[in-house]
This record gives sequence, structure tokens and C-alpha cells, in this order.
Amino acid sequence: MTTVAMKPPVPAAGRVPKKKSSPGGGIGRYLLIRFLLIFPTIFILVSMVFWLMRTTGDPITAALGGKLGPDQLAVLIHEAGYDRPIIIQYFEYLGQVFTGNFGTTISTNRPVSEVLLTYGSATAELVFYALIVAFIVGIPLGMVAAYWRDKAPDAFLRVFAILCYATPVFFAGLLLKLVFAVWLKALPVAGRATVGSELQMQFLPDKTGIYLIDAIKTGDPAVLGDVLLHAVLPALALGLLTAGVFLRLVRTNVIGTLGTDYVNAARSRGVNEFRLVSKHAYRPALIPIITVIGLQVALLLGGAVLTETTFEWKGLGFMLIEFIKARDFVAVQGIVALLAVIVALSNFIVDIIAALIDPRVRY
Amino acid sequence: MTTLTETTHAPKAPLWTRLPVIHQLRQSVGLQRGMLVVGLVITGIFILTAIFAPLLAPYGFSQLRDANGTFGAQQSPGGAHFLGTTVGGYDVLSRVIWGSQTAITVMVIAVVLSIFAGVALGLVSGYFGGWLDRVLVVICDAVYAFPALLLAIVMGIVISGGRSGLWGGIFAAAISITVVFIPQYFRVIRAETVRIKAEAYVESARVLGASNGRIMFRHVLRNATRTLPLIFTLNASEALLTLAGLGFIGFGIEPSSAAEWGYDLNKSLSDVTSGIWWTSLFPGLAIVLVVLGITLVGESLNDLADPRLRSRRAPGKTAGVVAATSVVAGGTLSAGPGGIEGLEPDAPADNPHPNDDPFEAK
Repeated sequence: MTTVAMKPPVPAAGRVPKKKSSPGGGIGRYLLIRFLLIFPTIFILVSMVFWLMRTTGDPITAALGGKLGPDQLAVLIHEAGYDRPIIIQYFEYLGQVFTGNFGTTISTNRPVSEVLLTYGSATAELVFYALIVAFIVGIPLGMVAAYWRDKAPDAFLRVFAILCYATPVFFAGLLLKLVFAVWLKALPVAGRATVGSELQMQFLPDKTGIYLIDAIKTGDPAVLGDVLLHAVLPALALGLLTAGVFLRLVRTNVIGTLGTDYVNAARSRGVNEFRLVSKHAYRPALIPIITVIGLQVALLLGGAVLTETTFEWKGLGFMLIEFIKARDFVAVQGIVALLAVIVALSNFIVDIIAALIDPRVRY
Repeated sequence: MTTLTETTHAPKAPLWTRLPVIHQLRQSVGLQRGMLVVGLVITGIFILTAIFAPLLAPYGFSQLRDANGTFGAQQSPGGAHFLGTTVGGYDVLSRVIWGSQTAITVMVIAVVLSIFAGVALGLVSGYFGGWLDRVLVVICDAVYAFPALLLAIVMGIVISGGRSGLWGGIFAAAISITVVFIPQYFRVIRAETVRIKAEAYVESARVLGASNGRIMFRHVLRNATRTLPLIFTLNASEALLTLAGLGFIGFGIEPSSAAEWGYDLNKSLSDVTSGIWWTSLFPGLAIVLVVLGITLVGESLNDLADPRLRSRRAPGKTAGVVAATSVVAGGTLSAGPGGIEGLEPDAPADNPHPNDDPFEAK
């Protein structure tokens, strides 16, 4: 076994990836191990959520206790099987989750998987927009800050990055709303689209639930414009949070690579400064950045909950809060379990990308 | 905190210059010193506000009326109510000031609890290794990868079933945040422990017959805590953000029990649409300022601890005492996601049982 590169991807600033020769082998095994690692992660999170939620009692009493009499409750609990030993319920739940069945909501009596499909697309859309904002804002500014390290632009941008992090998404959302929607009246206050546009998209033969795609399908530029305008403020609020993280990350890593010999060599060959930063220094700094993007998915999903509440963006996060208010813990458990799966999967995908780019990332 | 300084052997420097923050303050130059000073000033003001809240606040946090009758809802700033009143009829300024008390209580409880739990787990896990270590690492990795706020929501449901009074609410928030933070301390302390365990002085202590407990606490822990002040500051700000997030989605503390900025922001959500800005702006600004201050301190300490990021200064003086012990916000860079290998930079050398690794195909 020629596993020369035993070292994990230590994504420290300033490490330049050496193109080490680990001929061929390794990547398949690495991907397999990474793939297998998804299962314990999901298993632990789903189990943890199950046991934690069950310490509060059965979901029926939580949701309907006080509204129904004890006899009616007992009947419902028996029908749903919550009076059986908890360990049996646990294994049954694990089996259900494995097959994609997350139970039935108590408050609305719909399958949780259906809720997840309906509202998941909205959250995915929001996260997608936010990532675009984060990339556009964070990466170039990070390079600027690294290039003018310890000079005025760097100082300004670092404070900007910290402010991005220090401002809770919901406060950023409230401020954006106040300025652009209420005072300037330039953008819509809340929601994903106006009622008119939503109606138009409702009657599409094969709607996806992702408004951007649906709006394009209607072929009506007014609908598309409406959908995009609604997305601006939520995307900014959530995107800026992540942009700050990207900015700092790019800055630290580009500072590391800017000091290396090959950058000096390139400079002495007369490579212009812009190319020097955006190509020579930035490319190798990309690997730790990609690794961290995996962790950003978790941050974005957490932020999405708050952003959706602020802008009444009817996605998973918005529904999560609604279900919490209704004390519908079956639905809460389902949403949290799904998000755990998404986080584990996105970490896996990021690991694959990092492994494909960097030959050192092998076992 | 002062015990930490014993690990940094600055020769002959007077004691006060070796205290954690003062040491870094003297070490810093230019922009970094500016950031550190600004951060310290903001943090200082925040702490003082929290301590003297009863004196500073014109009204109580749950006060709705004074001698002149009720305050009235959504009064614009000015007059008797410097920053106006909220939709519930509370004085905004008073609630912002009282909110600092809630914030600091939750931050301190959360960070102290997570340090104790995380350090203990990390130390035991890293020192003894074996199956316990692997199980803990996998669990912590899973928890770490998960959105902090969601975990806090689940914990909030478990602990308080939603909302509760002053101490119930504070502890619900603090413990929720603790669960989120334990993996971070765990990872850092465990990685350090694994590294230190292989040092010669630990070997010699063992040869001399020191017990496991003594080695763990005297030889390993003392040397593994270098990075803690950095994570401490970074986490304190995250604790506040999580508290505000919890408050915003309705896991806050009842307005009659304590003032909480996130809760006030939640209540101001509908005000914004009608152009009422003062109910959201001031609690929000309070959060931003406090997080900014603490983050500035943490960032500066972090940069100063990392020779690559430290601004250069005239040679001599205190350079060389600090090791490369910086962390990136949230500790994200020190370990790869989803893998225990990322936790052990020197894994092959330090892992006493490399072949026992469950994820290492044979």
C-alpha cells in the first residue's frame, strides 16, 4: 500500500500543496471511507434528536395536551404507537428515517416528507442566492485585504468582515427591510413573490417549487423580475454573514501563499500584480477555503432559519418555527433530521472536491 | 486565568506584563494594537453597563408606568423616553441597558460550563485514547458539523419546553449554547493532549511513577490550555449571537423576567414594516457592538499568537514567548470536517495504536 500521504488535509494558512506522487491508488478508498463516515454522523444526530425530544414526553401530549381530555389523548397515543416501549419506537424510527419516512405531522396531519419537499426547495433557493452573494463579496475583497495587508484597505475590510459576523442575520434583515423596503420603497418587504406571480406559477404543469426556475418557465419577464426582487434582501442578509467568513478565510490563506518563493519567482518574471494575487496566490489558497465551505453549509442553514422568519420566506426554517409554536415535535424532529442528512452529505461532497483538487488528501 | 501565564516563560519580565491581555497589549503594534484597544474599550463598557445597570437604566426592564401614568406604546424617541418605547410599552433605553446583564450572565455560564465539560472530555479522551476516544470524537464531530442554532432549539425544547422565567430561561439558553460549544473545546484540548502526551517530560513523569491523574492535570492540562483564552473570546461572542437567535425565534426569556435583546428584536419585527425604527435599531446595535468588541479582542489575541499573522515590530522584547497556537473563528481551520484525522496534525507519530483506527482500512 503506497499511502505516502498519511497526513490529513490540515488546512492551515500558508501551507502550499506539494504535488506529491502517490501514484493512482488511494482516492477510491478515501472516498469509500468518507462515504461510510456519513452514516455514523447521521445516525448520531438522528438518535440524539430522537432521545432529546422524547425526554419531553410523547409528541401527542405535547401538541394536544390541554386541548383534549385524557381519554381522547390516550386513544390517540395508542393509535400512534407512543405507548409502546421507547426502545422499540426508537428502532422503528431509525428504520423509517432510513427509508425516507419522517412520520406524520400532528398539527397539519401531513407526511413530514411532503412538508420537507414542499418547503425544502424554498430554503435551497435562499441558500443558493446567499452563497452567490457571499462569493461575489467575500472572495475578491479577501484578496484585496491580503494584498494590502496591514494597510488602510485591509483595516477597513477586516472591520467590515467582523461587522458581517457580529450582525445577527435577523438584525441585518430588519435594517435592510427598513431602509430599502419601508423608507426607499425600492424592494418588497417580505415573501418570495407577489400573490399574482405565485398564482401564475401555481398553474404550471411541472412546477419545481424553486421559484427562479418556475418563473423562467412561465416565460413572463414580469414574474421573473418579481421573484428576483423578492430575493434581493434575504439573499443580502444571509449572504453578508457568510461573506465575512469567506473574506477572512481568503485573506488569511492568500497572505500565506503571497509570501512563498514561487510567488516571488512569478513576480520577478514580470507577472502583473493582479494576476499574481488572483491566480498564483489564490489558487493554492483555495483548498482550505473549499474545506471550510462544507462547514458553512451548517452556518447557512442555521442562518436560513432566522432569515426566513425575518422575511416570511416560506421555507424549512420558517415552517420549523411554526411547528415549534404549534408544539408539533414530530415535524420538528423530521426537519432537524433532514437538515442533519443535508449537512452530512454536503460535508461529504466537499471532501470529495478537496480530494480531487489536492493529491495530498488521501489515506 | 493567571495560572495560564506560568506556561509562558518570559524571562525576568515583571508579573503584570505577563498577565494575558496586558502581555499581548504590550506586544502589539500599530493597527493590531488599535483593534485590540477598541475591542477592550467596548468590552469594558459592556461589562460596566451590565454591572451598573440598576443605576444607569432610567426605568426597570418590565416597568410599564411611572408617576405620570403608563408610558404608552411605540412612543418615538425623545422626552421622558430617550430611545422611545416598544410595542409592549416598555422603555427601549432601559431594556437595552438591562439586556446587557442577561447577555453577560448567559455568556459567562455558557462559556464556563462548556470549558469545564469540553476540557474534561478532551483531556480524558486524548490521554487514554482507545474506544472511548473514538466514540467521543465521532459524536463531537457530528455535533460540531450541525447547525448550532438548531441544536440550541432542540435543547431549548428539552430544557424549558419553550420559554420560562428568569433563571430557567437563562439556564436553558446557557446550557443550549454549552452543548454546541463542547465539541470545540473538546477538539482543541484533545489535539493538544495527544501532542503533549508524546513529550519527553510526560514520559519521565510516568517513569518516576506519577499517577495518571497527576500527569493529566499537572503535566498535560497545564500545557494544553494555551489556546483557551482565544477560543474563550471567540465563543463568548458566538454565545451572545446564539442567545439572540434563540430569543428572536421565541425561546426568549419573558419580558417580565428579564430584558433580552433578541426577544425585543422579535417583537419589533412588525414595527419595522410600519416604519418604526427605534424598537429594533437599539437592541440590534447593542448586540452588534458587544459582539464586535469581544471579537476584536479575540481576533487581536489570535493574530498576536500566530507569528505569521502578527504585525512585525522592532526585534527583541517579548517576541518568542507565544507559540503558534492561533485558532480561526470557531476553530474551523484546525481540523477538517467529518474526520478524526483532521484533529491530529501529527497523527501517525502520536497515535499509539494506529492500526486500531476503525476508519483505517487494513
